[in-house]
Amino acid sequence: MIDSKVKEKIAFAILLLATIIVIAPVALVLFVVLLNGLPALSFEFIFGMPHDGMRSGGIFPTIVGTIFLTIGTALFSIPFGILAAIYLNEYAERNWLTRVIEIAIVNLAGVPSIVYGLFGFSLFVAFLGFGSSILAGSLTLSIMTLPVIITATREALSAVPRSFREASYSLGASRWQTVRNVVLPNAIPGILTGTILGLSRAAGETAPILFTVAAFYLPKLPGSVYDQAMALPYHIYVLSTQVPNVSPKIQYGTVLVLVGMIFILNIFASYIRMHFRRKKTW
Amino acid sequence: MKKLSEFIIEKLIFLSGIASILFVLLILVFLLKEGLSLFRTVNPIDFITGTNWYPISDPPQFGILPLIIGSLFVTFGAIVIAVPLGIASAVYVAEVAPPWLRDFLKSGIELLAAIPSIVLGFIGIITLAPFLKSTFNLSSGLTAMAGSIMLAFMSMPTIVSIIEDSIASVPKSYKEGSLALGATRWQTIYRVTLPAASSGILAAVMLGIGRVVGETMAVLMITGNAAVMPTSMLQPVRTLTATIAAEMGEAVSGSPHYYSLFAIGIILFIISFAINLSADMFLHRSKKKFKVKR
Repeated sequence: MIDSKVKEKIAFAILLLATIIVIAPVALVLFVVLLNGLPALSFEFIFGMPHDGMRSGGIFPTIVGTIFLTIGTALFSIPFGILAAIYLNEYAERNWLTRVIEIAIVNLAGVPSIVYGLFGFSLFVAFLGFGSSILAGSLTLSIMTLPVIITATREALSAVPRSFREASYSLGASRWQTVRNVVLPNAIPGILTGTILGLSRAAGETAPILFTVAAFYLPKLPGSVYDQAMALPYHIYVLSTQVPNVSPKIQYGTVLVLVGMIFILNIFASYIRMHFRRKKTW
Repeated sequence: MKKLSEFIIEKLIFLSGIASILFVLLILVFLLKEGLSLFRTVNPIDFITGTNWYPISDPPQFGILPLIIGSLFVTFGAIVIAVPLGIASAVYVAEVAPPWLRDFLKSGIELLAAIPSIVLGFIGIITLAPFLKSTFNLSSGLTAMAGSIMLAFMSMPTIVSIIEDSIASVPKSYKEGSLALGATRWQTIYRVTLPAASSGILAAVMLGIGRVVGETMAVLMITGNAAVMPTSMLQPVRTLTATIAAEMGEAVSGSPHYYSLFAIGIILFIISFAINLSADMFLHRSKKKFKVKR
């Protein structure tokens, strides 16, 4: 019979080991990407056009495409997402309709990304006739990002103390005035953090843009929202599986640029969270 | 005038609120619109139980059983790896780790969630596949096993964060009661805390499965992409999701091949709907359980 204190030590050591196994690959991935990607970075690589069937030159159009898609996604998903969260947190009664909306949001969050791709193709590209375009891609990514933004905004709204609202009502403010002047200003940091994280995920998605916007090789910048565009995540797919004899340097460089963009967004989001948490007085 | 603008904005708020329902219905309608057309020419039973997936040969054969088995193999392997590791690290992060280490570990797991699947797929091809190839002496490392390992890690952020939440929501008095009876912290964890958090753990596992079944790009790149009936984890397979991603670009719009990919989409939609609905119910139940007692 082993002493229960010894048992505890063994158990905790096993738990620690498991945690290390979970975390280690993150470090490994970042290390491999940085080590191999950094030498590829240059002004020419980031701001140049691809040449020689993507085997040399830069990746500027893919960066611009991803930025356009992310902005397009933000334009559609942020207003819708914030308004929907306001409805759920500030207006909705606890009834069957609210429950159905919640179930719908949970399911939107769970639909596989490739199914969003199919849906976006059949609705936006084919049925509405947008063609394979930045517009169709952004709309597809927006619907996918919506549940993330709604959930984050709702959490931020519900963290605003009830007493704030009551004080506003007691001064004779209407419900919308209370939301706009009292609840929203206090929830902004939380909303921003969640929104940026949602958008950074959209920026890295490949499956939803495969058939809705992504161009295999298009060495010019998009001119309108009805244009196709290259995008970083799809470009990584193309470079690593579709085009033979691409130098690893270009592959890693492209991966590093995407990972770098996403990390900058994530760090920005954490900064906002920390900054406002320190300033928060309630 | 103020009243009118307020009336308009409140209507907009309501419409955005119910938009999520509309989007779920739209996804379903458009999948059905295209997918059901397949069954004018193909028997639904043959579609699901057929063992040959030759969508562009003449005559084409649309049997998705190899793809279903491919998805099952990869998912099963991933869950076998992910569930014990996920529970163990969630317990460590929530109950054992000192505060400074906890924040560090949590950020690490968040970082894993932030890395796009295409990047993990790329790194997997370069590191994991050669490793498996030499370890098991295979002709190619791109196998169901590679997909399982990859997906186990990709599902980790989901599994760990939900289990951690549900452990954190177990009332303190439960743990204090156990410790007061002379139990060690470990005895308290596995006799009291984990059973009390069981519905949350179940929900985490289900959502992890949902994440694994729906993952597309990394799986497409790393499982070897062979649409044949697999017999072992060390063979290349192809999943339902990867099939859509790989073939949609070449499928002629309005052809049976095109419709069949949407029919696969319907199946994926139904699977994710069932998983998310039941996981949500488990989460609701665990929330309710502690509400009265706290």
